[in-house]
Amino acid sequence: MTRRLAARTFFDTIGLLVFVVMLFPIYWMVTTALKPGKEILSLTPVWFPSPVTFENFRDAMNLPYFWNDVINSLIVVLSVVAISIALAFLAAVSVARFGFRGRTAFIVMVIAVQMVPLNALVIPVYLLLNQAGQVDSLLGVIVYYLAIVLPFMVWTLRGFIANVPVDLEEAAMVDGATRVGAFLRIVFPLVAPGLVATAIYGFIQAWNEYIIAYVLLSSSSKQTLTIWLASFTTQHGTDWGGLMAGATLTSIPVVVFFLLVQRRVAGGLTAGAVKG
Amino acid sequence: MGVAGDARARVATGERIEAGPWRHILARRLLPYALIAPAVVVIVGVLGYPLGMLLWLSTQRYGLRELFQHQGQFVGLNNFATIFADPQFRYVVEVSVIFTIVNVGLSMLFATGIALLLERVSRPIRVLLSAGLVLVWATPVVPAINLWQWMFDYEFGVVNWLLTRLGAGNYIHHNWFENPIQGFTVITVIVVWGAIPFLTLMLYAGLTQVPRELVEAAEIDGARQWQVFALVTVPILRPLFLILFSLSTIWDFGVFNQVWVLLNQRPSKDYFLISVYSFQESFRVSQFGLGSAIAVVMVAILVLVTFVYVRQTVRLTNEEAV
Repeated sequence: MTRRLAARTFFDTIGLLVFVVMLFPIYWMVTTALKPGKEILSLTPVWFPSPVTFENFRDAMNLPYFWNDVINSLIVVLSVVAISIALAFLAAVSVARFGFRGRTAFIVMVIAVQMVPLNALVIPVYLLLNQAGQVDSLLGVIVYYLAIVLPFMVWTLRGFIANVPVDLEEAAMVDGATRVGAFLRIVFPLVAPGLVATAIYGFIQAWNEYIIAYVLLSSSSKQTLTIWLASFTTQHGTDWGGLMAGATLTSIPVVVFFLLVQRRVAGGLTAGAVKG
Repeated sequence: MGVAGDARARVATGERIEAGPWRHILARRLLPYALIAPAVVVIVGVLGYPLGMLLWLSTQRYGLRELFQHQGQFVGLNNFATIFADPQFRYVVEVSVIFTIVNVGLSMLFATGIALLLERVSRPIRVLLSAGLVLVWATPVVPAINLWQWMFDYEFGVVNWLLTRLGAGNYIHHNWFENPIQGFTVITVIVVWGAIPFLTLMLYAGLTQVPRELVEAAEIDGARQWQVFALVTVPILRPLFLILFSLSTIWDFGVFNQVWVLLNQRPSKDYFLISVYSFQESFRVSQFGLGSAIAVVMVAILVLVTFVYVRQTVRLTNEEAV
């Protein structure tokens, strides 16, 4: 028994250590953002900001194009999420609930497409949009992000729908519901959390994307937040306090949404991954 | 009894229950296709078409002049001949492969360790640690790179201070990016740190699905802990390991943001990973044909590596049955 306890304590200590090491960078980002300038540029690190100041945040928000870029990010992300979730849901229902010729081909396509590194496609996408006169327009970015998030969304939603036993639907139909009725009343409510989770996944992907936005959106008024972060670095050096404040601001929406859904997404992803 | 009873009675008499408009055979047949059609259009149109174009571009001379004319010049496989004869390209591929192996290896190693640890710690620590991992997972890539850039800053970076303080040598005013090996160490730290949460939580989820009875049976038979892990857990989790290995490979072989953002969009030649090189050739040197050829090689390598992954996943999905 004591040996067990000793082992527990040992593992708990390592667990805490891992926690500290993994989380320290985030702690450092947030506290740097809250420090006055001379505590940031100090040769001996200041572990706790004192006094806490929101100056860096204020400066970051007052920087040219901040609000403009927030709006750009929101336009891009919300359009992408709204359209992709609808398309992905339809496709996922099809794959999860119907056997049809070409189903495997579709699945292969959905998975294989996720293997293509985005960076490889920047070149043709840029040239195509250049020909279409859509470089430096949010529309081009939106369309491209759609294609980036769709395969994964179809994939996870399929998992969520497949997890609802067909028996439930059939039972409802035995009880006299139509197939559509059974789907809407039985399956849909059970899948709704999955839909939310998947939508937020799309949100996060689109919000975080860097390279496409970097190449396609050249004028400052069109940029998204991830690109805006570079504006803290000039030839004269980097404004670390401002950059950390900007990084924190950019992270907050994602972190909030992510914490809301991670359990569900992780569940949906692993479902079926172990069987076999 | 009511409706339910009625329906059951009908089942009992062998009468078919089918209701609603989906009954019509033609409609039923076409429905699944109608449902996937929009997704297929987007995926094929927005990913498939550029992918085809990438292949086409890799056979073109496509410089600035061609960019203005919107028309490349066909040069056959010349671009490939050029890059394969280019020592810089071979060096870049070597560096990328080594980088990928090191990063995938370290990520999986740490993730497996932490996942096993999560199984063994007490509940409060488990909750704390997994919440922390989720927080790291949620931090967007670009801000994450910025924060590491700050931690490794040569003048006021906390890492230099810590290392000096811990007696690892004199790191005061140490520039991590002068020596590419040290620079790549920083990049590896960022990549692995960012990859650990996802991999760990996946593996932990997998571990909890390993049937208790199997582990207990092995223990009763006298297996030691590492034997249980190697002979029971790993074989059961093999599909999951495979998926995670492949995904990590795809991500790490395509690393771009970490290099680009960390080195303020001006990485020196020493820091060219394959995706950085392809980008550089295209958008900095305006040799879109050459850049495309490099990208094609990158995709080809990944296709080879991930073929296994795709096959495995498809097999699993089909087993789940419709």
